Amino acid sequence: MFENLLALVPEFGMAIWQTFTMVGISAAAALLFGTPLGVLLFLTGKGQILERKHLHQTINYVVNTVRSLPFIILLVAIIPLTRVINGTTIGPIAASVPLSIAAIPFFSRLVEQALREIPKGVIEAAVAMGASPLGLIWKVLLNEARASIVSALTVTSISLLSYSAMAGTVGGGGIGDLAIRFGYYRFQTEVMIATVVLLILLVQIIQFTGNHFARLLDKR
Amino acid sequence: MIRLENVEKTYQSPEHGAFQALAPISLEIEEGDIFGIIGYSGAGKSTLLRIINLLEQPTNGKVIVAGRDLTILSPKALRAARHSIGMIFQQFCLFSNRTVAENVEFALEISGIEKKDRQKRVKELLELVGLQDKSSSYPSKLSGGQKQRVAIARALANRPRILLCDEPTSALDPQTTQSVLSLLQEINRTLQVTIVVVTHEMDVVKQICNKVAVLENGRLVEELSLTHAKGAPASNLGRLLFQPKNEWLLAREVASV
Repeated sequence: MFENLLALVPEFGMAIWQTFTMVGISAAAALLFGTPLGVLLFLTGKGQILERKHLHQTINYVVNTVRSLPFIILLVAIIPLTRVINGTTIGPIAASVPLSIAAIPFFSRLVEQALREIPKGVIEAAVAMGASPLGLIWKVLLNEARASIVSALTVTSISLLSYSAMAGTVGGGGIGDLAIRFGYYRFQTEVMIATVVLLILLVQIIQFTGNHFARLLDKR
Repeated sequence: MIRLENVEKTYQSPEHGAFQALAPISLEIEEGDIFGIIGYSGAGKSTLLRIINLLEQPTNGKVIVAGRDLTILSPKALRAARHSIGMIFQQFCLFSNRTVAENVEFALEISGIEKKDRQKRVKELLELVGLQDKSSSYPSKLSGGQKQRVAIARALANRPRILLCDEPTSALDPQTTQSVLSLLQEINRTLQVTIVVVTHEMDVVKQICNKVAVLENGRLVEELSLTHAKGAPASNLGRLLFQPKNEWLLAREVASV
C-alpha cells in the first residue's frame, strides 16, 4: 500500500510548497494591511483619541460584510478580481488573492480586540505625556498588545491553512488539493490519511511556535 | 503657575441629557504650591485635575498654565505643552512591556531627546526615586510603591514645572504611602515642582499640602490655607481637616453609618 505514497513524494513536496506560499502570502497581507485597519478600527471608536463615528461605522460595516461571506463563496465571487490582479486564477499565488481578502478583515478584528485589552489609563498616561498619535500607535498600542497580536496571527494562519484547502480545489494546488485529487477521486485512502496527518502536524507546529513567541513577548 | 478661569464641564449623553460635572470654577495655584483638591467621590475632583492638562476638555473657561491658555493651542502645541506637565495615577499606568528604564525613557523618546542623553537622564531619574537596581525589571515584578516611583520618575523625565497627581497613594498601604509622600515633598522642595494632588485621603492633604480646595457636587465650596489658617472652615470636609486625627476618624465613621 505504500507504493502509492512513495510514487507521490514529489507531489507531496510540491503540495507543501504551494500551501506554504498561499498561507505565507495571505498571512503577510493580513499583518501588513490588517494591523493598520485594526488600529484604525480601535482608534476611531468611541472615547478614543481619533474618535470618528462615521469612519468607524464604515470600516466596521466593511469588515463585517467580508467576514459574513463563507470563504468558498468569496473565493468564487472574486475570480474576476483575481484575474485582474494576477492575470490568471490558477496557482498558489493567484489563490492568495481571495485568501488575503478573507484574512485582512479577520485579522483586523483580532487586532482591535487585542488593543481593547490595554488598560485605558495606560493610553491616557501616554497622551498626558504628550505622545503624538503615531508615537502612541507604535510605542504604546502595538508594543503593549504585541503578545496578543502574535496570538492573533497564529489563529489567522491556522484558519488560512484550512481555507487554503478550499482555494486549492479551484486551482491553487496545495495539500488539500492533493487530498481531494488522490485520496478522494482515486480512492487512495493512504494518501488521504497522509495528508490529514500532515495537516495535523502543521497546525501543531504553527500553534506551538505562536505560543512560544507570544510567551516570550508577554511581560504583563 | 496654573490659573483656571470659569472652568466648567457638562457631559451630554443621549440617554440622560446634560449632566454638569463641574459648575464654573476659578482657581489659582501658585508656583511652589502643593495644592490639594479634596471631596467625596463624584465631587468632580479628578475631572478638575484632568482639565489642567486638557485630558478633559472643559465645556467653557480658560486653562492658563505658565502664562499660556491651553484651550486655544493647536494639537501639536498642546503636546509640546504636555511635555512640561507631569502626571501620575492611582493605578500607576506603567507600560507593562517596557522595563523600568524603558518606561522612563518613553517620556524622553516622545519629546525627541537623543538616545545618548536619554540614557544619562534615565539613570539620574532612577537614582532620584531610589530604583537604580530595578532598571531592567518589568513592572509586573515590582511592588505598588515601586511602581508609583517609576511613574514619578517617568513624569519628571522632561523636567516639568508641574506634577499632577490623581489619587497617588490610594492603591498603596500606609507605610508605602508615607514614603511616596515624602518623595513628592522632596521633589517639590528640591526641584521646585508645583504639585497638584487629588485625593480622598485627609491624611495625605494634612501631611503635604499647603493649600486645599474643597469640592462638593461639582462646586468649589472653599479654599483653605493649611499653613496660615484664618477663621473656621465653612465646609464639613474643611472642618475635618483641622481636627485631630482620632476625632475625624470618628467623624468619618459617623458619617459613613
